[in-house]
Amino acid sequence: MLMLRFAKLLLLLALLSGPAFAGDTRVAVATNFTHAARALTTAFERETGHRVRFSFGATGQLYAQISQGAPFDAFLAADQVRPQRAEVEGLAVRGSRFTYAMGALVLYGGNKRPVQEGTLATTAPDRLAIANPATAPYGAAALETLAAMGLLETYQERLVRGTNVAQAYQFIATGNAELGFVALAQVFDQAPTDYWLVPATLHRPIAQDAVLLTRGETNDAARAFLTFLQGPEARAIISRMGYHLPTAKGGASDG
Amino acid sequence: MDDLNIWSPILLTAKLASVTTLILMVIGTPIAWWLARSGSRFREAVAAVVALPLVLPPTVLGFYLLMALGPDGPGGMIASLYGARSLAFTFEGLVIGSVIYSLPFVVQPIRNAFEAIGDRPLEVAATLGASPWDRFWSVAVPLARPGFLTGAVLGFSHTVGEFGVVLMIGGNILGETRVLSVAIYDYVETLNWAPAHMLAAGLLVFSFLVIFTVMTLEKRWRFKREDRP
Repeated sequence: MLMLRFAKLLLLLALLSGPAFAGDTRVAVATNFTHAARALTTAFERETGHRVRFSFGATGQLYAQISQGAPFDAFLAADQVRPQRAEVEGLAVRGSRFTYAMGALVLYGGNKRPVQEGTLATTAPDRLAIANPATAPYGAAALETLAAMGLLETYQERLVRGTNVAQAYQFIATGNAELGFVALAQVFDQAPTDYWLVPATLHRPIAQDAVLLTRGETNDAARAFLTFLQGPEARAIISRMGYHLPTAKGGASDG
Repeated sequence: MDDLNIWSPILLTAKLASVTTLILMVIGTPIAWWLARSGSRFREAVAAVVALPLVLPPTVLGFYLLMALGPDGPGGMIASLYGARSLAFTFEGLVIGSVIYSLPFVVQPIRNAFEAIGDRPLEVAATLGASPWDRFWSVAVPLARPGFLTGAVLGFSHTVGEFGVVLMIGGNILGETRVLSVAIYDYVETLNWAPAHMLAAGLLVFSFLVIFTVMTLEKRWRFKREDRP
């Protein structure tokens, strides 16, 4: 009897002090969100005591891993297609999907030259780096931008494709490609003259969706992280790290 | 979409592996000869350098190559001769990467074969008045034939199986740098299971045949040599 009362007391204490229930969660995150995710965890872990571990990769690659039973509780994709598909295929918890950030595309030249709107038309670089359009939304947006500017034919043969925006950035940073399209999130801390922010009208919106995976359905840390991601503190961090914010909760139009 | 063109990566890979093997036979043979015959105290150090690609992760090699091929490296200087900026993202760049990556697979078997000959046949040839050049071509090379064959087969197949280096310096250009392993990676990422299965199964069969052939040939040659009086 005394034991039981003691156990109840312990339980109560534990409930009151949140961090004592702190859990671990593993989250798959699209490469472009790397810096932002790191900044977010610091705030999240301090606030909740939960621990988040990230696996970064291209959205398509992560999705392929998730479909084969990879041990992730949540998925922060760079697009809406894969999270939607995860819901349809029963890999994710229905109704848990929301847009956490809107990607912004920039033209970047590795801070060796000022880059502006006219740079593509005037300099004619022999290699233009983009992320692989088949797997990375920023790559697809880059192609759409080229098409909208009427430059797709000029550059079709000169495109070099990284597996993701990180590699596209690497191609430019090492000087192997003169110019390329990367995410604002990769260059936001550099001089504004080093990149040209592509107007969002030139490509379809890069809505990045997050979803709770079936595996993480009962994981408190995963749920807490996704809730945190939609809160004001997280939104401030996301916006500071080079993203536009989704307009309303639940996200932009499903395209 | 040209993304579903599976023949281009197959042909490109065959071309890359052939060119690489040819170059490796030409530069690998003198290296192997020197390693087998030299009394230099730097011998093992050089042997270790040649063997490095066996242990180094392809990402290390790919990273250094990306630097070396770029505008600030020697590759960029060569590229600037014909008005380009970098040797990365070109077939030539891949050949350079593959030659380095597959070097130990060619040098080691040839070196072993040269060492297995021993001094005796070469000394006999010398007493019969053969010049060093003649001794090399008419005694050492024929006797080391199994080593050459093993080296060529391993160099070729190792280049076919190359992935990390190509991924880092290739840029995924159809007909220029999109080789088999990269094409398979793309298909898996885009959930195109059918072509991924086709290419993967093809490579599996190819690799089995290569290893099986090398083992069979080596066995036959060993028997032949032991049978000799």
